[in-house]
Amino acid sequence: MAYDPGADVIEVVRAPKAGPARASYRAFGETLRGLKTTMARWAEGTHTFQYPEEKTPVYPRFRGRHKLHRFEDTGLEKCVGCSLCAAACPADCIRVVAAENTEETRVSAGERYAAVYEINLSRCIFCGYCEAACPFDAITMGHDYELSDYNRSDLIFTKEMLLAEPLERTPLRRAGE
Amino acid sequence: MTTVAEVGYYEAWWIQLLKALVIFIAVFQLVPVVLLAERKVLGRFQHRYGPNRTGPYGALQPLADIGKLLFKQQFRPRGAVGWMFALAPAISMFTAVATMALIPFSDTVNIFGTEVGLYGIDPSIGILYAFAFGGLAFYGLVLGGWSSGSKYSFLGSMRAAAQLISYEIAQGLALVGVVMMAGTLSLTELVAAQSGPGNVWFIIPQFVGFIIFLVAGFAETNRPPFDLPEADAELVQGYSTEYGGGRFAAYYAAEYLNIIVVSAFVATLFLGGWNLPFVAPPEWTHPLIVLGKTIAILFLFLWVRATLPRLRYDQLMSLGWKVFLPLATVNALVTAILVVVL
Repeated sequence: MAYDPGADVIEVVRAPKAGPARASYRAFGETLRGLKTTMARWAEGTHTFQYPEEKTPVYPRFRGRHKLHRFEDTGLEKCVGCSLCAAACPADCIRVVAAENTEETRVSAGERYAAVYEINLSRCIFCGYCEAACPFDAITMGHDYELSDYNRSDLIFTKEMLLAEPLERTPLRRAGE
Repeated sequence: MTTVAEVGYYEAWWIQLLKALVIFIAVFQLVPVVLLAERKVLGRFQHRYGPNRTGPYGALQPLADIGKLLFKQQFRPRGAVGWMFALAPAISMFTAVATMALIPFSDTVNIFGTEVGLYGIDPSIGILYAFAFGGLAFYGLVLGGWSSGSKYSFLGSMRAAAQLISYEIAQGLALVGVVMMAGTLSLTELVAAQSGPGNVWFIIPQFVGFIIFLVAGFAETNRPPFDLPEADAELVQGYSTEYGGGRFAAYYAAEYLNIIVVSAFVATLFLGGWNLPFVAPPEWTHPLIVLGKTIAILFLFLWVRATLPRLRYDQLMSLGWKVFLPLATVNALVTAILVVVL
């Protein structure tokens, strides 16, 4: 007895078989169907972002340019110069030189602070491992993706640049967008 | 001396010169328009905008393209046959322009007291003239590909030759029905046969001929789905692989000019030229009506390009020989019987 697929049968649309009538249908009927399909694509309109004027919105967890953070109440830097981010970085693009906080100059909340904190964004692969490695949430990935520059040296971001409040250049994707 | 053809209406030499210039300039202006329209229309078919940065709505894009091409080096491969390599794009250009002269935009009209026919020339062998130059146009492709001294170009020109013989007979036979119904080869008389009460556009009685002529037109202009000679995916642009700069621009312009000419021919032969159904349009609108119909067919060219994939080499030949040739023959036969009986 032949196999009965029952109610689960999926209707298969097969190509027309060879033969004069079928062939002419294939030549003209299917061509007309194709023309209809392409015209329907036109009717759907464009999906293009007019980039420099209209920016692609990013998701909240998008990994763009890094940001360094301060404590909001005290204004002290969160980074304690532990270099875990530099150790975690697969591209080896983070350079941290730590220094001791003293009584007179207190930069961070911990014992030490990052005297030099540089990220070479021309090497960075935006994997987010630095963010994951940081025990104090001092470094996070931001949303900025417009990072081109004319000089490679301009892409080495220093601590001041990473701490500064970044320009909100890229829109965040709204829910459901 | 035997007369090859007679010309419907003679003008003074300066009028002929003047109108030749005017028609050439007017129709040649369509080339950049089609160039831009193709890219924009194709973009729309693919959910894109197409070029819209160069000038308002991207209107200066063709100018930028042509400017870029003209400032490029005139490159010639070492194995190329020099004079033929330079001649081939000129042949393509020449035949395209020569065929353009046939397109009638109106009958003879009175401009400032002078009777002027709004066409380049109206020979009594109009359609044959068009076919002669359509056949010559392929020398541009074949010689260009052959003289380049490159395998890809050679394959492209081989395909051009094979394509020519597979569609051209069917294309000619498709028009036999039209010619029999009108009883003339002159294009203005063909349009006149589609005007007036009791006459319909030839697309209605000659629908099969229309389809065959249109499809053969796609093949004649090397447009997708019949762009086998330049098949950029497998032949790296085929016959024009080795061309660059101004010569490539000539090929490029000739291709678009050919599309315009074929569209205008379809409009003239099957869509009634400057006639409109039910109303008799005033004389000054005639060129605009022809232009409008031409643009409608041009859009169809772009639409088909966005829709159909390229045919295989043997598929085109079997389509030409096994489908269109018998179909066109039967069409001509049936028309002949009906013309005699009715």
